[in-house]
Amino acid sequence: MILVDSIKTFGEYILLMKRVFSIPEKWRVFFRQMLQEMYQLGVNSIPIVLLISFFIGAVICIQLKLNIESPWMPKMVVGYSTREILILEFSSSIMCLILAGKVGSNITSEIGTMRVTQQIDALEIMGVNSASFLILPKVSALMAMIPMLVIFSIAAGTAGAFAIGKFTGIMTPEDLMVGLQYEFQQWYIWCSVIKSVAFAFIITSVSSFYGYRVSGGSLEVGKASTNAVVSCSALILFADMILTQLLMQ
Amino acid sequence: MIEISSIYKKFDNQVVLNDISALFDNGKTNLIIGKSGAGKTVLLKCIVGLLNPDNGKVIYDGRDIISFNKKERMLLRREIGMLFQNAALFDSMSVLENVMFPLDMFSTMTYKERVKRAQFCLDRVNLLEAQDKSPDELSGGMQKRAAIARAIALEPRYLFCDEPNSGLDPQTSLRIDELIHDITKEYNITTVVNTHDMNSVMGIGDHILFLADGKLSWEGNKNEILHTDNETLNSFLFSSDLVRKVKEMGMRK
Repeated sequence: MILVDSIKTFGEYILLMKRVFSIPEKWRVFFRQMLQEMYQLGVNSIPIVLLISFFIGAVICIQLKLNIESPWMPKMVVGYSTREILILEFSSSIMCLILAGKVGSNITSEIGTMRVTQQIDALEIMGVNSASFLILPKVSALMAMIPMLVIFSIAAGTAGAFAIGKFTGIMTPEDLMVGLQYEFQQWYIWCSVIKSVAFAFIITSVSSFYGYRVSGGSLEVGKASTNAVVSCSALILFADMILTQLLMQ
Repeated sequence: MIEISSIYKKFDNQVVLNDISALFDNGKTNLIIGKSGAGKTVLLKCIVGLLNPDNGKVIYDGRDIISFNKKERMLLRREIGMLFQNAALFDSMSVLENVMFPLDMFSTMTYKERVKRAQFCLDRVNLLEAQDKSPDELSGGMQKRAAIARAIALEPRYLFCDEPNSGLDPQTSLRIDELIHDITKEYNITTVVNTHDMNSVMGIGDHILFLADGKLSWEGNKNEILHTDNETLNSFLFSSDLVRKVKEMGMRK
């Protein structure tokens, strides 16, 4: 039964995406909405991305220093490992899990409320493809903004590691700098960006799907938001496993 | 003109609409009345194409919407204006932007022309002073008026109103009714109103359909409704004290 329900839900999701990816009625309206969404979903997420990344960068640095450094280990290992963790997993996958909570629930509750207050019916009655009109700008906006958020996250995480080194004295900024630059691979940055773009699609499309199919009232909107965040998180982790395998081989 | 014939709709095993046929003329305010759960909203949704009937036809000036594909249906809907029960204004936009929205999407007007048209529509419903407010700053009656302005922005050929008076005081209800009636006459559009408000029935009912248990139980106009011998309709009507008194006064004369 669960399998049948899952297949049915997946089918509904595919049908919705088919409606979403259609040519916008008016490009002018689409770009105006996309800009608004870039601000709403992307720019408004910068503070939380910077805040979390800064402290996680600092914590990673402390943990590595305390747990893996030994007289036999080169001093630059802490900086090197901090960089690899930030670039390869934290700033793409973990940051997107956090964004799934912030952005995903926002999208589901916004679209779900529009559904229960008949605003989506109003769009349909006007002859507007409501799925494309509401969802496509969100998907495009977050996919366009996420690389910037990833870069900001890496930068803030690195700054956090530097700050903890400088202000606590657990290691010198010079040792950290050597580690950060040691055998730097540009491809890893690209991997992080590619993964985050895929995750941005999951966050926006899945959250929109849950919001779009809400029926009932505010209670159902709340449930849909929770379900959207749970589904987004699970799908991000699953996609992370596949993409990491594909990109890092 | 809209013609519906033999509309049949059921959900699971419950028949909600059973063989309903009617003709809605231009320039007339057509009312669908009945108790809650009689099938009014389902019928309205079938007429506008938000629901597909299991059987029957919905013909807009010779065009059967049931046989239309999605694209044809979308094009036809641009000729439709609809007032929802809770107004359904877009809360991310100001009142003016709400009214401009259909023009933004489907007209080839310049920005200035679109603003002018939207302001004209707002002025028509006496709401020009609220153009910069957001929908949540408006009272229920003002929201309905703004929704009417949005519905008429593209000069529709068909206007549908779902419970336009719900949640409004009698005086505001009367204003909304008059506005719908005047706009119908002024633009010669086909208007279908779904209501159980007896003041609306007596005020603007040019053509009335009475639904009971999913069936068309009675059809007529506001003058005929007071002299009907349909028992179900009479019991529905006389649940309104106002109508009972009007009928008594009419009989005395």
